[in-house]
Amino acid sequence: MSILVDKNTKLICQGFTGKQGTFHSEQCLAYGTKLVGGVTPGRGGSRHLGLPVFDTARQAVAATGATVSMIYVPAAYAADAILEAADAGVELIVCITEGIPVNDMVRVKATLASYDTRLIGPNCPGIITPGECKIGIMPGFIHKKGKVGIVSRSGTLTYEAVFQTTNRGLGQSTCVGIGGDPVRGMNFIDVLELFEQDPQTEGIVMVGEIGGSDEEAAAAFIAKRVTKPVVAYIAGVAAPAGKRMGHAGAIVAGGKGTAAAKFEALEAAGIMTVRSPAELGSAIAARLAKRRGGGAKAKVTAKAKAKVAAKAKAPAKPKAKSKPRAATKAAKRPAAKPARRVARRPK
Amino acid sequence: MNLHEYQSKKLFAEYGIPVPKGVVADSPQGAIAAARELGGSVWVVKAQVHAGGRGKAGGVKVAKDLDAVGKAAAGMLGTRLATHQTGPEGLPVDRVYVEQGSNIAREIYLSLVLNREAGQIAFVASAAGGMDIEEVAEHSPEKIIRVNVHPAAGLQDFQCRQLAFGLGLQGAQIGQFTRIARALYALYLERDASLVEVNPLIVTGAGDLLALDAKINIEDNALFRQQPLAALRDAAQEDPMERRAAEHELNYVSLEGNIACMVNGAGLAMATMDLIQLHGGAPANFLDVGGGATKERVSAAFKLILSNPKVTAILINIFGGIVRCDMIAEGIIAAVKEVGVTIPVIVRLEGTNAPRARELLAGSGLGVTAASDLTDAATKAVRLAGAHS
Repeated sequence: MSILVDKNTKLICQGFTGKQGTFHSEQCLAYGTKLVGGVTPGRGGSRHLGLPVFDTARQAVAATGATVSMIYVPAAYAADAILEAADAGVELIVCITEGIPVNDMVRVKATLASYDTRLIGPNCPGIITPGECKIGIMPGFIHKKGKVGIVSRSGTLTYEAVFQTTNRGLGQSTCVGIGGDPVRGMNFIDVLELFEQDPQTEGIVMVGEIGGSDEEAAAAFIAKRVTKPVVAYIAGVAAPAGKRMGHAGAIVAGGKGTAAAKFEALEAAGIMTVRSPAELGSAIAARLAKRRGGGAKAKVTAKAKAKVAAKAKAPAKPKAKSKPRAATKAAKRPAAKPARRVARRPK
Repeated sequence: MNLHEYQSKKLFAEYGIPVPKGVVADSPQGAIAAARELGGSVWVVKAQVHAGGRGKAGGVKVAKDLDAVGKAAAGMLGTRLATHQTGPEGLPVDRVYVEQGSNIAREIYLSLVLNREAGQIAFVASAAGGMDIEEVAEHSPEKIIRVNVHPAAGLQDFQCRQLAFGLGLQGAQIGQFTRIARALYALYLERDASLVEVNPLIVTGAGDLLALDAKINIEDNALFRQQPLAALRDAAQEDPMERRAAEHELNYVSLEGNIACMVNGAGLAMATMDLIQLHGGAPANFLDVGGGATKERVSAAFKLILSNPKVTAILINIFGGIVRCDMIAEGIIAAVKEVGVTIPVIVRLEGTNAPRARELLAGSGLGVTAASDLTDAATKAVRLAGAHS
């Protein structure tokens, strides 16, 4: 198990033939991701990276059966691309694009509420289930299949958490970069809920940053609904008020959204925090070791571990560059569907 | 990007929002001519800087004759105005805005801003106008009215009434307020604002509503489709280092400390500052060289951080994902050779091609200090910065 994406996930890429789309599509294919085609308006009928190109997302989805779209469309056109993907009926949209005007995202977010589609991003590294499916710009080689779920607003801090959990032999179940914009798709809570339900995920690393109050909301959610160990870090303790720190959403405005307030909310909710991002790996390792040692939640852990062990005996994971397309056809199974919230896709 | 008051009021007027008559001037003579052109017997001379709190800082003066207008303008122009929002160094006053005096019966606060939690644009209003809204929010939050606007439905009349009655307006003022609120919302969307603020919106002695101040911020990410507004940028109001950084597509924010940082990724850049602070040091800047960092950009970043005389050490922290560490290392070596760095440079490189990058740095013959991990990097930077200063 994992969340949202796995080895059966089929995806298309919007902005496929552009520089970014091309480079990262190649990387995803090399990782073994089942990328089955792409969309570039006006280039329909051609082929790119050995895959079919379509004029519209609807055509691409109809022809390939893809359930996910990965977007590299430039900022000026990205909002339109997200809504096109939703209209085409994909279950998950992963928008990497940085710099989409906030007012565009306000419109997108309100519109997506009437679709049964999840959005990750924008302005994010994407999502990866190690050894199975990489959708986005993260370096695949630092990941290792394992037990820690990672959710973060920052790309490079996600890599730090990945690197540390890999080095400690814990590995990751799925890593979700929810993005650095103030108005985005999935939030901490949405991802935490899925990690809580996922048997492969034994512990969770959450990386927040200054701006907004999503970490505070996540703290309240964890206290009520998450039984697995969580370790949290908030970036931006040293950031001055009123200044945007790189990410559009990373700004302390009107005294709100400080790292101090977020740490306080997390700690008040009984969540373990680390003041140094260098301690994320050791902290989650310690929490998992303690849990394994016994306690009320030991039963859940044992069950989850058994499942992981059973999985480990299954045939080896798809290797990078092992003729991914031939393998796709051979293993033509329906994609595992992510948990659905509501079924109200408009006709 | 921030607009000046006089620019914002011009936009207000275009949208039919009532504003006092005013003329912008860049000399005392110009201010006197402006006052004469406006007529009347009372004028207000207002310093044009990108900051609030001008009144308390002496940046807004009432003048009752033309001589006083000239004196007020002369006292502001060419100086730097420091308000509680600017820091002690203040901002340069290159222009003043001369307005007809208004008869104020009541002051109201009204703004439009993103409500991040709702993912919608929201009106924020308070009957306690003319005051710092953040103070009102802290001390008497019950005095603040918030109304979220659904992007599909747009602003509704009932929402305008909710705001207007909530502010204690009555009679013809309700209709006036609704027209103003609708115009502000249209302006916010059509001009890609990230903030539109009227503080104060006044009720005049005659009982009419008038926007006495105006503040508009335009979202940088939308400037590509707001060319006429982009041309209104006043670079003199911006931090010169941050402006230079922007020219090289670098995300840079000036800070007070002495340890310069160069990092890829906004989150890691913030975390690097935090680590320096955690280990007893003080960061000199936030600097994100970005995911697509090139050798040239690394070199530009190096020159930028070295131009800050307070800097006594440089900490480079790169987690190479798409960015190759060896390419970053080449950029560092080239920049150090070119610029001739005399202060300690501490480098932590991890990720793609990191071993090759470490070899390059070690073999470069430059006195670059290698760090094995985040903690090692921060402690070394703090120690060497202290030893060097």
